[in-house]
Amino acid sequence: MASGSDRILEVRDLVKHFPLTQGIVFKKQIGAIKAVDGVSFDLNRGETLGIVGESGCGKSTLAKVLMALERPTSGSVKIDGRDIAKARGGELKRMRRNIQMVMQDPYTSLNPRMTVGDIIGEPYEIHTEVAPKGDRRTKVQELLEVVGLNPDHINRYPHQFSGGQRQRIGIARGLALQPEIIVCDEPVSALDVSIQAQVINLLERLQNEFNLAYIFIAHDLSVVRHISDRVGVMYLGKFVELGKDTEIYDRPAHPYTQALLSAVPVPDPEGREQRERIILQGDPPSPANPPSGCRFRTRCWKAQEICAEEEPLLQIRPGTAHESACHFAETHDVVHVG
Amino acid sequence: MTKTTPDALPAEGGPGDGPLLAVDNLHVEFQTRAGVVRAVNGVSYTVGAGETLAVLGESGSGKSVTAQAIMGILDMPPAVIPKGEIRFRGTDLLKLSEDARTQVRGQRIAMIFQDALSALNPVFTVGWQISEMFRVHRGMSKADGMKKAVELMDRVRIPAARQRVHDYPHQFSGGMRQRIMIAMSIALDPEVLIADEPTTALDVTVQAQIMELLADLQRESQMGLILITHDLGVVADVADKIAVMYAGRIVENAPVYDIYKAPAHPYTKGLLDSIPRVDLKGQELYAIKGLPPNLLDLPSGCSFNPRCPYRQDNCVTDAPPLYEISGVRSSACHYWREVLDGERQ
Repeated sequence: MASGSDRILEVRDLVKHFPLTQGIVFKKQIGAIKAVDGVSFDLNRGETLGIVGESGCGKSTLAKVLMALERPTSGSVKIDGRDIAKARGGELKRMRRNIQMVMQDPYTSLNPRMTVGDIIGEPYEIHTEVAPKGDRRTKVQELLEVVGLNPDHINRYPHQFSGGQRQRIGIARGLALQPEIIVCDEPVSALDVSIQAQVINLLERLQNEFNLAYIFIAHDLSVVRHISDRVGVMYLGKFVELGKDTEIYDRPAHPYTQALLSAVPVPDPEGREQRERIILQGDPPSPANPPSGCRFRTRCWKAQEICAEEEPLLQIRPGTAHESACHFAETHDVVHVG
Repeated sequence: MTKTTPDALPAEGGPGDGPLLAVDNLHVEFQTRAGVVRAVNGVSYTVGAGETLAVLGESGSGKSVTAQAIMGILDMPPAVIPKGEIRFRGTDLLKLSEDARTQVRGQRIAMIFQDALSALNPVFTVGWQISEMFRVHRGMSKADGMKKAVELMDRVRIPAARQRVHDYPHQFSGGMRQRIMIAMSIALDPEVLIADEPTTALDVTVQAQIMELLADLQRESQMGLILITHDLGVVADVADKIAVMYAGRIVENAPVYDIYKAPAHPYTKGLLDSIPRVDLKGQELYAIKGLPPNLLDLPSGCSFNPRCPYRQDNCVTDAPPLYEISGVRSSACHYWREVLDGERQ
């Protein structure tokens, strides 16, 4: 496999259903929340895949399944050719070293009773082979320096840091085991605007330095565009469109992507009266009972009979250069996102 | 005349001249064990009928405290208002009796809170909570109040309002809950509506729906709208004028078009420059260095000076006043001319 050496993550037909049960003693399954329902993509070394979608579309569940924090209902997650979804025991532990996570909320994801040194060094307690006991302190101080914090602050507690600094601590913890993949779940959305740019710059610098592959989950579409090489748009547990950042943002083919992009407020008042807006009505349907056929059809202005009968597959459609899951996919270039 | 109404309440439709609501040199302090926190240090802004004022700022900039002072919902103590006026149709709200303020609060000046889930009471139906406005302020019966609640839910476009009026807050999605909050706030046809981060917790698609709804309601009733936010995109979309806040002060005041074309304060400029832009993809984002200041221990001179690329010696010693640039613009920077002429990054 010539191209296989570059590919670090291979996700195929990933499904995660959470059972809905009734009764207390004799639990009877009465349905399932289809949080992730057939997602496939690849990720190369040093590449960033952005994932966007509304809340409840399954972005965070996808992140958890990739991290092997949840077992998938079916499908495979191959890291470097080996399936983490099937791994057990020692093998799973070794594989987890290679995929780490940066959490959304730097206020709740750091234990307030542990010092920064203990938080960042905790991965070494679990994976003792990475750093022998005597080395740990120096390793942690190196990490603090890498993320732009003062190495002398190793004995401080999280409350002594600001939000942006705490997020740097979370990033240092993610880097501790020298992973090749980092899953960033809304890494900047809890931060102040003037701090967001600092953290995004840090993530980009680390990517270049360590050739990291990022899965970047966020709802801020302009941030995702800035950092991503490719972007996947999720709706009710499925990718509806997947392509290069320029393809998704400049030539979106799926109506949902078009609506999502046009809803993003443009930070420039010039010409705001003329701006074309596609405002979707209502809320996304429940993932416990998604619509038949195309899941977006209940809110789509293009929906025809075929949309209820036949589910559109994620594939390259005529007139477009990237994959989209719509029977009537066509590029639409009136939408602008800064 | 305002003085003839009992309890000096501002007259309905009051004096035709002057702004609807004017905050003038407002100071708010909190007495804490660690010292005095100066959350608001001399804020002034005005909003007219049918006008949208966006108050832009980060957490801790004092934008929400100012709003709470206008509403009269600050806990006093620990909060103290040592100086300043809040004039509503010419009457200083801070000088009114508590009874008179209750007449204004909710009826004439209303507020939408950021987090609709925690602002609604989970153990009462939404219909009960909306109709409470009519029962308490208008003395309506339960049945009439409920009828009004259904009308309002229709007006904020909640589908199947007649059935859903009996549902509890947890049965609604985030966007629908925010609509219920809006329904409650507009129930008594307020003249001023304060929206504190009304869409921050929502998805962009829902945000677009809510902002459209607010704009429609404003057009119908000519409310003055104060939109508190940190989102430069939302501001550019709906605001008529902007007040930028930093460390409890207004640092820049300007009509929306001017500020995006050429900001006159280094902080505003830094915020605008740090927005990711298509033509700068792959390059490092411009970032304002450093951290927002500690309100217990503000830097001397200009509060922004430790982070400012335009800093000179006098910025550390002299706090800049709000310099008037034109009739409608002002900036609290000694070097606003340089900032105004400077190129966007």
